[in-house]
Amino acid sequence: MGNTPTNTPAPAPTPTPKTNRIGLQVVDYRGGKTTLCAGCGHNAISERIIDAMYEMGVQPERVAKLSGIGCSSKSPAYFMNRAHSFNSVHGRMPSIATGAMLANKNLIALGVSGDGDTVSIGAGQFIHLMRRNLPMIYVIEDNGCYGLTKGQFSATADLGSTLKSGVVNDLPPVDTCSLAIQLGATFVGRSFSGDKRQLHTMLKAAIAHRGTVMLDVVSPCVTFNDHEGSTKSYKYMQAHEEPLNEVSFVPSFEEINVDYDPGTTFEVTMHDGSSLRLRKLEQDYDPTDKIQAVRRLMESHEKGEVLTGVFYINAKAPSFIDMLNVTDEPLATLPESVTRPSREVLAKCMDELR
Amino acid sequence: MSTSDVVPQELSGHVGQKRVGVINDMSIQVATVNGSGSQSSNTVLLRSIFQMGVPISGKNLFPSNIAGLPTWYTIRANKDGYIARKKEIDLLIAMNAETAQEDVKSLAAGASVLYDEPLALDKVRDDLIFYAVPYDKLVAAACSEAKLRKLIKNMIYVGVAAQLLGIDFAEVEKAIRKQFLTKVKAATLNLAAAKAGFDYSAANLKKRDPFYIQRMDKTKGKIIVDGNSAAALGCVFAGCTVVTWYPITPSSSLVETMIDYMKEYRVGPDGKATFAIVQAEDELAAIGMVIGAAWAGARSMTATAGPGISLMAEFTGLAYYVEIPAVIWNIQRVGPSTGLPTRTAQGDVLSTAFLSHGDTRHIMLFPDSVSECFTMAQDAFDLAERFQTPVFVMSDLDLGMNNWMSDPFPYPDKPIDRGKVLSKADLEKAGSFARYKDVDGDGVGYRTLPGTDHPAAAYFARGSGHNEKAQYSERPDDFERNMERLNKKFETARSFVPRPEVTGGGKAKIGILAYGTSHWAIIESRDQLSKEHKVETDYLRVLAYPFTREVHDFIERHDRVYVVEQNRDGQMASLLKLDIKPELTPRLRSICHIHGLPIDARSVTDELMMMEGK
Repeated sequence: MGNTPTNTPAPAPTPTPKTNRIGLQVVDYRGGKTTLCAGCGHNAISERIIDAMYEMGVQPERVAKLSGIGCSSKSPAYFMNRAHSFNSVHGRMPSIATGAMLANKNLIALGVSGDGDTVSIGAGQFIHLMRRNLPMIYVIEDNGCYGLTKGQFSATADLGSTLKSGVVNDLPPVDTCSLAIQLGATFVGRSFSGDKRQLHTMLKAAIAHRGTVMLDVVSPCVTFNDHEGSTKSYKYMQAHEEPLNEVSFVPSFEEINVDYDPGTTFEVTMHDGSSLRLRKLEQDYDPTDKIQAVRRLMESHEKGEVLTGVFYINAKAPSFIDMLNVTDEPLATLPESVTRPSREVLAKCMDELR
Repeated sequence: MSTSDVVPQELSGHVGQKRVGVINDMSIQVATVNGSGSQSSNTVLLRSIFQMGVPISGKNLFPSNIAGLPTWYTIRANKDGYIARKKEIDLLIAMNAETAQEDVKSLAAGASVLYDEPLALDKVRDDLIFYAVPYDKLVAAACSEAKLRKLIKNMIYVGVAAQLLGIDFAEVEKAIRKQFLTKVKAATLNLAAAKAGFDYSAANLKKRDPFYIQRMDKTKGKIIVDGNSAAALGCVFAGCTVVTWYPITPSSSLVETMIDYMKEYRVGPDGKATFAIVQAEDELAAIGMVIGAAWAGARSMTATAGPGISLMAEFTGLAYYVEIPAVIWNIQRVGPSTGLPTRTAQGDVLSTAFLSHGDTRHIMLFPDSVSECFTMAQDAFDLAERFQTPVFVMSDLDLGMNNWMSDPFPYPDKPIDRGKVLSKADLEKAGSFARYKDVDGDGVGYRTLPGTDHPAAAYFARGSGHNEKAQYSERPDDFERNMERLNKKFETARSFVPRPEVTGGGKAKIGILAYGTSHWAIIESRDQLSKEHKVETDYLRVLAYPFTREVHDFIERHDRVYVVEQNRDGQMASLLKLDIKPELTPRLRSICHIHGLPIDARSVTDELMMMEGK
């Protein structure tokens, strides 16, 4: 699998299908037909994941798709059929992801969760995932409500926003981004399912990162939370999205042929040698400064803007798997000769107990 | 609070009788304060007797507390190898002023008491044998550093008891040196304390009790270890690669010991680990990580106790339906929350058997000994991977945290069984596969691991609603077929799980059925029944659920089957009733033991005789 088809002569009449650097077509990254509502933000996110994985030339079989419960968590069925997937239980996908990465550190873990799945029932596991800096991409498809149970508020719903029925939310929202930054995630950003270019670029950079990537993607629920009074609607986002920086990305396998001005652009060299460039829309914002990032996020709440972009990045912090210092070969497939100590070892242990 | 359950003297014919020259048959109880360092002293006393060649067991009855509350340690020495807890206490070593009065009052007449002189316990009763020891004076003489005295005070009673019982001091010295292996100063100080006690006893105490330890040869080559350490070793040798856990008494020491063994024996020449051990944020995450790791192909496990099992319920059901292997050690203890978390029970049999929601049934293994903790570790992993399902090993606090004598563990005699996993090469040959198709007729499908480099390798793991190809399905026929296959898988497991152990001539009308640590009381009780009451019994020890054919046959062959267990509701009996022919259910009679202390033979014998109407 995944070999570049160098010796296959293309039949003359049909044009050679477009392939990526490992010789796969976009179709090799597609999934089943979506069963979500037409216009659901989640479908757009699935499309961006397909494009990013294709463009980055990720071997689909190396990807582990993980999810909890909810509309968002169904979406892994709608992209990358050639990747294993685990639709687990509500709010507990982080532990499944952690276990999978312990077993096979060569996997590329992509978790898709929702705001209910992450911030309410899954708050505990989310917190500990962030502080472990497990190498994985964690996408929250954030629509501020529980779609699959017909539109109840979630814990990311803004204070004063309303349900379709007019019920007003009187509790403050949890900001997943500032939480993730404080807890130890090493790549934290927010985007909008309708911002094709920004989301696409952030996902590509996420694939190049070794550590926990937490992307909160506002993804309107067209059925239950797209009305006047919602702060997670298409209309609201179009009016209030405020990019902190302009994100561009040059993968390691592409030649860097565009210069940038260090005065206006912040460049981060990623784990695999790729380059993430954040053009400063606000002078003096340093995305490696946690305190500044959290302060800026809190300010944006005060101002009522939805800040997007890459808020925080640390491309050098060791990941959880690095800290465990496990063998190069995945633990999952180590042979018995390695995992069962010798007779002599057992004899020694027995002697010590005499 | 007291740990004694001795019946009032007038009701019992077995205690209070005057005995002369009782050799190698006694129980010693040491009452101390938690956190006072008595654990070392008790281990030294236990080992000294063991080194004299006499079979022993040591049981720690401790509070849920780090320091300050009363704790008791019971040592039983028995020439015939009976190592269950014994109800009666022959020698009390009273070191705790707070409980001393009550401890003394609960003894049967004729017992001996070794006590700290200022406690003046000899004023409490006149039907016991008292030995007063001036601990403070002795420890002051033995140790010049005042601040170290309280650390070694307890070692004095080891010396006194050794002298009174006739244990060679050389054995005490050997045990002390083993206990403080590399800590030379501690060894020297403790040795001086033990010697001070030994010499004081020889010079000042007149032997009045009948108990003696005499050298015999029944412990040669044997080891002493607790069940959790044995389980840890078993898992190390079973090729376990991922352990995720959340601390909970009485299971924590299993993983903590495993960490030590893994660090020593499972690190490659390049310094890299062939294992990952992660302390999770709670039991929900612990089991989630186990399942995630097993899905991705690791031999993964966790260890917990009842409250943790409850928290693992949802994920266990998912693993059952997605068909993911998992090994869960349930070191059973008493009940929820606070109360008796440091006391033993077999109270999770039913809740574990059907853990989760919907129709679920889980394989359970019941080790009775440290040796089975070792061997069943591999059984558990092999069964979990063979049947792609969670497997629970039902140990308990008595087995897990107490010291047991055992033959050395045998090196595993069978290769590790990783079950039905398709590799890239297999897929190249086959072209495709259906994850939940019953290809072999045993109910078990073939699985692939994430990361398998073949375009047909992937499948979508999800809960109950899927067809044979792991595609989403809510079709009634798909669901029903899947449920029936899962049932078939469980039925197949019946002939793969460890078979029960059946003893007895096979001619008795009365059968006894027990499991786990209750075993040790049963073997002693059967001898009591035979010798004292001329009642012959056959005995079946259950090693696993689902029950194998032998269990059904055993019940069919006996008029009455006493199911002995350490819970209130007769949980194993209930589980059996669901499995056996309805007409056989009246044959089952429950003997339930529930007070947090390990079951003893006398209680079983008395209750069985009462139920026999004799």
